Amino acid sequence: MADNNKRNAGFLGSIATAPSTDEFIKGLWRDNPVFVQVLGMCPVLAVSNTAENALAMGLATTFVLLMSNILVSSLRNFIPKQVRIASYILIIATFVTIIDYVIQAISIELHKSLGAFISLIVVNCLILSRAEAFASKNTIGKSILDALGMGVGFTFALFCLGAVRELLGNGSLFDYSLFPANFQNWIVMILPAGGFFTLAIWLLLFNSMKKKE
Amino acid sequence: MLSKTLHISTSPHITKGVSTDSIMRNVVYALLPVVFFAVYSFGLSAFLVIITSTVACVFTEHYLCKLSKKESTISDWSAVITGLLLGLTLPPIFPLWMAFCGGVIAIALGKYIFGGLGYNVFNPALVGRAVLQASFPVAITTWYPSFLPERFSNIPSSTLAFPFMEPDLDAMSGATPLSAFKFDQVSTATNDLALGLISGSTGETCALLILLGGIYLIARNMMNWRIPVAVLGSAFVLSGIFYLIDSQAYPSPLFMLFSGGLMLGAVFMATDMVASPLTPLGVWIYGAVIGLLTIIIRLWGGLPEGVMYAILLANALSPHIDKMTQSRVYGTTKSKVST
Amino acid sequence: MNESKSIPVSSSASSGKMLQAMVGIGVLCALLIVLTYEGTFDRIEQNKAVALEQAIFKVLPGITQTEAYQFNENNAFSLLDSENTDREIIYAGFDSNDQLVGVAITTSGQGYADILRILYGYDIEKEAIIGIHVLESKETPGLGDKIEKDANFLENFKALDVSLNENKSELNNTVVTVKNGTKQNPWEVDGITGATISSRAIGDMLGLSTKRWVPLVFKNKDSFKIQKVEE
Repeated sequence: MADNNKRNAGFLGSIATAPSTDEFIKGLWRDNPVFVQVLGMCPVLAVSNTAENALAMGLATTFVLLMSNILVSSLRNFIPKQVRIASYILIIATFVTIIDYVIQAISIELHKSLGAFISLIVVNCLILSRAEAFASKNTIGKSILDALGMGVGFTFALFCLGAVRELLGNGSLFDYSLFPANFQNWIVMILPAGGFFTLAIWLLLFNSMKKKE
Repeated sequence: MLSKTLHISTSPHITKGVSTDSIMRNVVYALLPVVFFAVYSFGLSAFLVIITSTVACVFTEHYLCKLSKKESTISDWSAVITGLLLGLTLPPIFPLWMAFCGGVIAIALGKYIFGGLGYNVFNPALVGRAVLQASFPVAITTWYPSFLPERFSNIPSSTLAFPFMEPDLDAMSGATPLSAFKFDQVSTATNDLALGLISGSTGETCALLILLGGIYLIARNMMNWRIPVAVLGSAFVLSGIFYLIDSQAYPSPLFMLFSGGLMLGAVFMATDMVASPLTPLGVWIYGAVIGLLTIIIRLWGGLPEGVMYAILLANALSPHIDKMTQSRVYGTTKSKVST
Repeated sequence: MNESKSIPVSSSASSGKMLQAMVGIGVLCALLIVLTYEGTFDRIEQNKAVALEQAIFKVLPGITQTEAYQFNENNAFSLLDSENTDREIIYAGFDSNDQLVGVAITTSGQGYADILRILYGYDIEKEAIIGIHVLESKETPGLGDKIEKDANFLENFKALDVSLNENKSELNNTVVTVKNGTKQNPWEVDGITGATISSRAIGDMLGLSTKRWVPLVFKNKDSFKIQKVEE
């Protein structure tokens, strides 16, 4: 873990000179959790088959990220170093359980389509990495900005994938049909393979855009 | 990217002094009888499908070379082969716009993204077909009877489906021998299979012409004969075992060999020089994996045909097979490796 | 801001402090979870009940109320009591005159990708299946999931014959899926091209389930009654 910590610190250290108002923006673009850090690939590939699922997953993850960052940051002087990972996981798991209940209360249908992936937010390395690399060393205010930035960045990326996959795979966006009725669906796009294709193409676009900057 | 003068020295079956384009040109010659028979038996629509996929492949190759500011490599004929092979694996009434997409995907995703000819991990034509199969499963499994009297004057409506629109496939469909066996337990006479008097993909019907093309290439030392022998042999043995156990439930080994795309796959696709292993032992293993997987998928898989997935899987394995067989050969008979 | 500085806790924390931290966080988390659970429990139960009820109303068109019945060891049905949760459950549907319309039965079987679970409605008077609803399915989107969406396929289940023979002990014909376009008899299910395996699975499941349940339900049709006295 120590090595990992160092690497994280080195990676993030390079952007440490940015002013604190930048905490929010960095998650959206420069350090986008999906397109730059390539974290949390399991939900990104699995639950991005429709725009609605992608958005719901992104918002659920943002909620967990935000709450865990707040709690970790406020308890950062109370948690001894030796048990910090166990504590973070406990905190993250709590909020995942909470969001699981909340989604069931909102809509059973949505809960069914997100399936096991809600519980798997626990092991989304994005959340643990923000707790370990940011919230445990920064004030609550900064941690909230960081969580919101990363969460919105994650949601944005998921939505990018979900929108393309639903558009090609189902001819619709948020279940609203955009093409003539006899549009030929590219079924591969809603299948897992389509997730890989779409992610690869977005990464290609994102990297070429960053290169030009 | 291989230049025109660079010799392929990686595959053991190629003698020095033979250039990439002359091999590729000969493969095209070997494919031509199959193409002609496809057009003869399925008519105009098969011709259009094959032409479209070939044009798409050549166009994509040319355009991608331009895009990456490299010299166009279409003159090495490899894009033509990919296009022909892709066209031959598609059903004759396949919508042309889908065939075009398949060609673009085959070259862009199957070949160019890895660095072009000589670097592709998988057989590009099969990558194109796999994506088409996953995208348009209904269109790609809707077959058409061969030798219809009006086949040269009439183009089925699905062929000319408007781009990105669903084709009208209900018109007329014939079951392939494999799907007839899988879903309705009806066997087809081996004679009809060998001569191609059946329904199926454009190029997978006449097994004898495919064998002829293979023999031509083997005779000219432009194809590794071990691969088709290993594929067909292992498929024959495995299906033979099951046939002996229960001849009612399992089809005869000859039926297995001559039906579906096994012949085309074994002769023209499994032998892709870039995506197959290099060592002699590795080639045998590679061929056997394809043959066995094909039979396993056909007998117990959800789909009636499994050649495509078998070859793609074996392609993925081939670097590992190379590594595995090479080290063993190094320890014992070193001379074999240097061929 | 400097993220690379070490974690601001002394590295030699005592065991007591660690224990304190873990227990403290544990208690806090448990409290949060229990609060959420309590807060959402009613809503979730209600959602689940509504979802099931909607499915029952869908497969038994024309009913206005429904009751759950359990199947007892003595081959008879009785109103569901919450103690015997291991019993098989079927749902009876009644119209606005408290008359029994039919029953909704769940059944499951192997589909193409995974186990399929469906609910179907059996109309006792028409002796036919009058609707199905897929409860659980992981079938391939665009292909296997046509069993839920394909209008022609669902048309099969508006009046699928499951009539009984003369002494009401067995079905006249077993429900079976046939190749697309070849349906000739009212007990046949017209399959879907491109979803052969999934549509066959539905036919097979219905065949097995109706063979067992329809004679039982028919024999015991008088035990399904609106019982307003029991509260």
